[in-house]
Amino acid sequence: MDSFLQNLINGIGIGSIYALIALGYTMVYGILKLINFAHSDVFMVGAFMGYYGARIFSKLMHGSEVVEPGWPLFTLVLLFSVACCGLLGYLNERIAYRPLRNAPRIASLITAIGLSFLLEYGGQMVFGPDPKFFPQLLEKHQLQFLGTSITSHTVIVLVVALIFMGILQYIVYGTKFGRAMRAVSHNFETAALMGIPTDRVISITFVIGSMLAAVGGVLYGLSYSKIEPLMGIMLGLKAFVAAVLGGIGNVPGAVIGGLVIGIVESFAGASPLSTYKDAIAFVILILILLFRPSGIFGKYQAEKV
Amino acid sequence: MRNWLVRDLAGIAVISAVLVGISYFLGWIPIPGMAYYNRVIVTIGINIILAVSLNIINGHAGQFSMGHAGFMAVGAYTSAYLTYFHFQPFLATLAEGPGRFALQQALFLGALLAGGAAAGIAGWVVGLPSLRLRGDYLAIVTLGFGEIIRVLILNIDKIGGARGLSGVPAFANFFWVYFFVCIVIIVSWRLVRSQVGRAFLAVREDEIAAEAMGVNTTHYKVQAFVIGSFFAGIAGGLLGHYLVYLNPGMFQFTKSFEAIVMVVLGGMGSISGSVLAAVILTVALEGLRFVKEAFGLTSDPRMVIYAIVLILLMRLRPQGLLGNRELGDFFRRRKGGDR
Repeated sequence: MDSFLQNLINGIGIGSIYALIALGYTMVYGILKLINFAHSDVFMVGAFMGYYGARIFSKLMHGSEVVEPGWPLFTLVLLFSVACCGLLGYLNERIAYRPLRNAPRIASLITAIGLSFLLEYGGQMVFGPDPKFFPQLLEKHQLQFLGTSITSHTVIVLVVALIFMGILQYIVYGTKFGRAMRAVSHNFETAALMGIPTDRVISITFVIGSMLAAVGGVLYGLSYSKIEPLMGIMLGLKAFVAAVLGGIGNVPGAVIGGLVIGIVESFAGASPLSTYKDAIAFVILILILLFRPSGIFGKYQAEKV
Repeated sequence: MRNWLVRDLAGIAVISAVLVGISYFLGWIPIPGMAYYNRVIVTIGINIILAVSLNIINGHAGQFSMGHAGFMAVGAYTSAYLTYFHFQPFLATLAEGPGRFALQQALFLGALLAGGAAAGIAGWVVGLPSLRLRGDYLAIVTLGFGEIIRVLILNIDKIGGARGLSGVPAFANFFWVYFFVCIVIIVSWRLVRSQVGRAFLAVREDEIAAEAMGVNTTHYKVQAFVIGSFFAGIAGGLLGHYLVYLNPGMFQFTKSFEAIVMVVLGGMGSISGSVLAAVILTVALEGLRFVKEAFGLTSDPRMVIYAIVLILLMRLRPQGLLGNRELGDFFRRRKGGDR
C-alpha cells in the first residue's frame, strides 16, 4: 500500500510536468492543426534559462554565483525563464511558421521537425552537450504523508503547475482573448471574416504555450536536478501522447492525459517491466489512435472533402 | 517471362559484373587513405538505399513515416543474428577456398533477405494503423513504433541489448551495397510506372477521391510500407555487416530524420532526387567533419546544418531540389519534346 501511494505521488509529479508541456501542444494543434515538434525544445530552453537565470540573479542579489535557496530567487528565476521562452515562442512562430501559413501542411510539419532539431543541437553547441546540474532554488524537505515520504519539491511542482493551469483555464474560457482563440480554433477563415486578428491570436497562443513549457522546464530542473540539451525529445513525445490521450485541442484533456501518462509510467517503472518504461507511452498512443482516435475528451470529426 | 523482366534481369547481371570489376579495381588502386574513401563510398550507397526506400513511402505513397530507423534496426539485427550465431560458426568449420567464398556470399544474401523480410513484416504491422491515420498523426505513430522497436532490442540480451552486438562478420562490401542500390532503384522505378505506382499517386494526391474511384487505399498504403521497410531492413543489414558492430543507439530517431532530410531535399517522389540528395548530404557530412576539427567545436555541427537546410528548404523551395521529377526529365525538356 505504501509503495502504491509512493508510485502514485511520483507519477503525479512527473505527470504534472507532462501536462504543462501537453497544454502547449494541444493549444497549437487546436488552432493550426500542426504538431509543434519544437515545443519540447522550448521546454528544454526553459530549463536552461532557469539554470542561467539562477546564476545571474544570485550574482545580482548576493554578489556570488553560488545559489542560496529561497522563494524570491525561485520566483525571479521562474519569471525570467517564462519571459525568455515567451519570446522564443513568438520568434518561432513569426520566423518559421507564419510564412508557411498557406503552404501545404506537410511543409509546416517538416519545418517543425527542422526547428526542433535546430534548438536541440543548437542548444548542444551553445549550452554544451554534457548534462548540467540544476541549482537547488528551494530547500528540500521530506514530508510524511499517510505513511509515505514526499519531498517538498513534488508538492511545489504540483501546486505551481496547478496555478498555471488555472490561469490558462481562465484565459481560454473567461476572457475575450480566449473566446477569440476558441473561435480561431473552431474555424480559421470564419474567425478572420468576423474581424478576429488571427495572426495575433496565433502568436499569443504560441507565447502562452511556450511560457507554460518554461514553467515545466524550471519545475523539471527543480525536481530532477539534471538537465541536458536533448532532454526535450523523449519528454516532448510523451507530452504529445498525453495531449492525444486527452483529446487534442482540449485543455483539461491535456492535463488529465499528462497525469495518466505520468502515473502509468511510474507504476511501470516500479514493476518488472521497468526496462520497457520508455515504450509504454507509445503503446498507449497506438492503442488510443486505433480505438478512440479523438482521445478521452475529444469529439470525433469526420474528414471533410 | 515478360519482356521488361528479362530486360531488368539482364541489366542487373551486367551491372553486377561491372560492380565486381569496380570492386577489384578499387581494392587494387594504390591511393593512400583508400580505405577511408571506400568507407565514404559505402556509406553513400547505404544512404541511397535508405533514401530511395523511404521515398517509396513518403514520396510516392505520401504517407509521412518517421520510423525508418526502426525498420533498419529490425533488418540489421535479424541478419546479424543469422550470420553471427548460425552462418559464421558454420562457415568456420569449412576449409578455405572458392567453395567457402561462394557459400559465404550466398548465405549473406540469404541473411540480408531474411532481415529485409523481417523489416517488411514490421512495416506491415506499422502500416496497419496507418489505415486510420493520416498526416501528422501517422508521423507520430511511426516515430513511436520506431522507439518501441529500439526499446525492445535494448531488452533482448541475446543480441547484446544496450551493450550492442560486436563481432558481426564483415561480409558487406562495395559490391553488395551497390548491388542493392541498383535493385532498390530498379524496383522503385518499375513500381512508380506500374499500376501500383499510379495507385500510390492517387492515394498521395487525394485519398478520398482515390477511394471513390475504386482504389483500395488500405491495400496500397500497407504495400508501400512493406516495400519501403523491406529495403530499409536490407540497408540495416548491410550497415551492420560493414561496421561489424550494432548498437540500438545507432537507430535512434535522428537516423530516421537523416533519411527524411534526404528525401525532402531531393524532392518527395523523385527517385533520382533521393539518390542525389543522399550523395550530397553524405559528402557534405564528411566535409563537416573537417569543419568541426578546424574550428575545434565540441559537438557535431551536422544536425544543426541539417535542421537549417530543412527550414530554409521549406521556405525557399518546398518541393525539394527536383520536385517530383527525375533528372532525365530536365534533359528531355531541353530538347523541346513535349511531355
